[in-house]
Amino acid sequence: MVVLLTAGTAFCETQQLVEAGSLTSQNSTINTGDTAWVLISAALVMLMTPGLAFFYGGLVRRKNILSVLMQCFMALCIISIQWIVCGYSLSFGPDKHSIIGGLDWTFLNGVGMTPNAAYAPTIPHEVFMMFQMMFAVITPALIIGAFAERMKFSAFVIFILLWATIVYDPITHWLWGNGGFLKNMGALDFAGGAVVHINAGMTALAAALILGKRQGYPNGISPPHNLPFAALGAGLLWFGWFGFNAGSALKASGLAGNAFAVTHIAGAVAGVTWSVLDWLKYKKPTTLGMITGAVAGLAAVTPASGYVTPVGAIWIGIGAGILPWLVVTCIKTKFGYDDSLDAFGVHGIGGIWGVIATGLWATKTINPDGADGLFYGNPLQLWIQIKVVIVTIVYSFVVGAVLLKFVDAVVKLRVSDHEERVGLDLTQHREAAYTIID
Amino acid sequence: MKYIIAVIQPDRLDEVLKRLEEKEIHLVTVSNVVGRGRQKGIAEVYRGHKEQGSLLRKVKLEIAVNDAFVEPAIKAVTDGARTGQIGDGKIFVLDLPECIRIRTGEKGNLAIG
Repeated sequence: MVVLLTAGTAFCETQQLVEAGSLTSQNSTINTGDTAWVLISAALVMLMTPGLAFFYGGLVRRKNILSVLMQCFMALCIISIQWIVCGYSLSFGPDKHSIIGGLDWTFLNGVGMTPNAAYAPTIPHEVFMMFQMMFAVITPALIIGAFAERMKFSAFVIFILLWATIVYDPITHWLWGNGGFLKNMGALDFAGGAVVHINAGMTALAAALILGKRQGYPNGISPPHNLPFAALGAGLLWFGWFGFNAGSALKASGLAGNAFAVTHIAGAVAGVTWSVLDWLKYKKPTTLGMITGAVAGLAAVTPASGYVTPVGAIWIGIGAGILPWLVVTCIKTKFGYDDSLDAFGVHGIGGIWGVIATGLWATKTINPDGADGLFYGNPLQLWIQIKVVIVTIVYSFVVGAVLLKFVDAVVKLRVSDHEERVGLDLTQHREAAYTIID
Repeated sequence: MKYIIAVIQPDRLDEVLKRLEEKEIHLVTVSNVVGRGRQKGIAEVYRGHKEQGSLLRKVKLEIAVNDAFVEPAIKAVTDGARTGQIGDGKIFVLDLPECIRIRTGEKGNLAIG
């Protein structure tokens, strides 16, 4: 409450400043309203990783929930360190050949309170860095859904560090870094449809294929052990997504407000769509289906959230209800790969749909700095978006697979059959989530 | 002395306990169990994956009684648990050679009461 009140006061002060026309001195380029909003947004996005932990944790068996929570929290800790050591610099540092950021900003050298005009001219550079850090954290955590219940913890730690550095940071630079080649090409990815969702989703598919199925999959695996946890996690993800998408405006502006609205709309529509499909095919709407649909919708609208109207968001939500539903309930079963918690099916497919849909429904009436999509008379944008999808799919899948093979060769990716049967909580962490008596 | 094991529908538990109480049978142990019988389970669906759900949730009661209370106990459980639907459960009656009250060390008929 105090935070909100302070933010409110900050808005008033900024307005007075603007009215007084006193935006000349070095300090006054910082807009307090923008800064407050991005600070809050960074905290909202941070909460998504624990939210994801519960979303995924509820879906695994009782013996593995701690391993999932632990992997998510370890991603939060270790990628935060990687980010300040080199991740931020590789992603956003001074451009090298449109491929990667330079190492000039390692250990946040030169990243301080003065805004960086190219990225966010009205907030401290350090605040932008923190906001982006939370994206770098949750993206590798999303991949956990593909290898849950069978990956060795040591392998996990090595893998996400390598993946963040070699896969996440370059792709972030291509799309969001100043000078990145996809950004230069005119790609639209407002909050990370390609950077976060396709990226995590494609490496997730590689992980599911390389690690192989869990013992007993598909018919010998017990159902989710705690769906209320999954629903709690989905709720936290939805809440955090307002920071993810509306925060990506990097301003407390009308654009942020529109991103906030379209994010919510797409999530809601996709949740309903998934429920209807469940209802038609399986006779009952399921809790898991509804929350999965909502997450797919939120993922799909992520790249589009800064460019589409609320009506565009409805169409994106419908597509995000249908396509991941098809992949998760029909195609996965047909091909028989064990994407345990559907990281590829939901985030990969949702992200691909979202990035392409941005090329369909983007409009300059929402964001003059963006572009028009196909439905607003600019088919070229759709072609650019398709190229973004292809580049991201190929890089994330291939390099992700190579990294997994490398880690497998060094420490083995998978726990032993015995450890898998006993559960990762006991064998990887010497803990149990639930006691039997007291 | 007899040891009565009854497996019943979870939602009948309150009714069965009430009827046992009416017949002054107090010694009951209750646990949640899963199992199967002739009743078919309800298949569950998770993201399109069907779980056949062959094990059903039931409640198990264990009741130790003196011989005079065997028939009243069976009647209480039967009356309380019967709905006429498949899946109402079973009652098993076993001989009970010994019973000891831990607090006093009393044995046999005295200890059960």
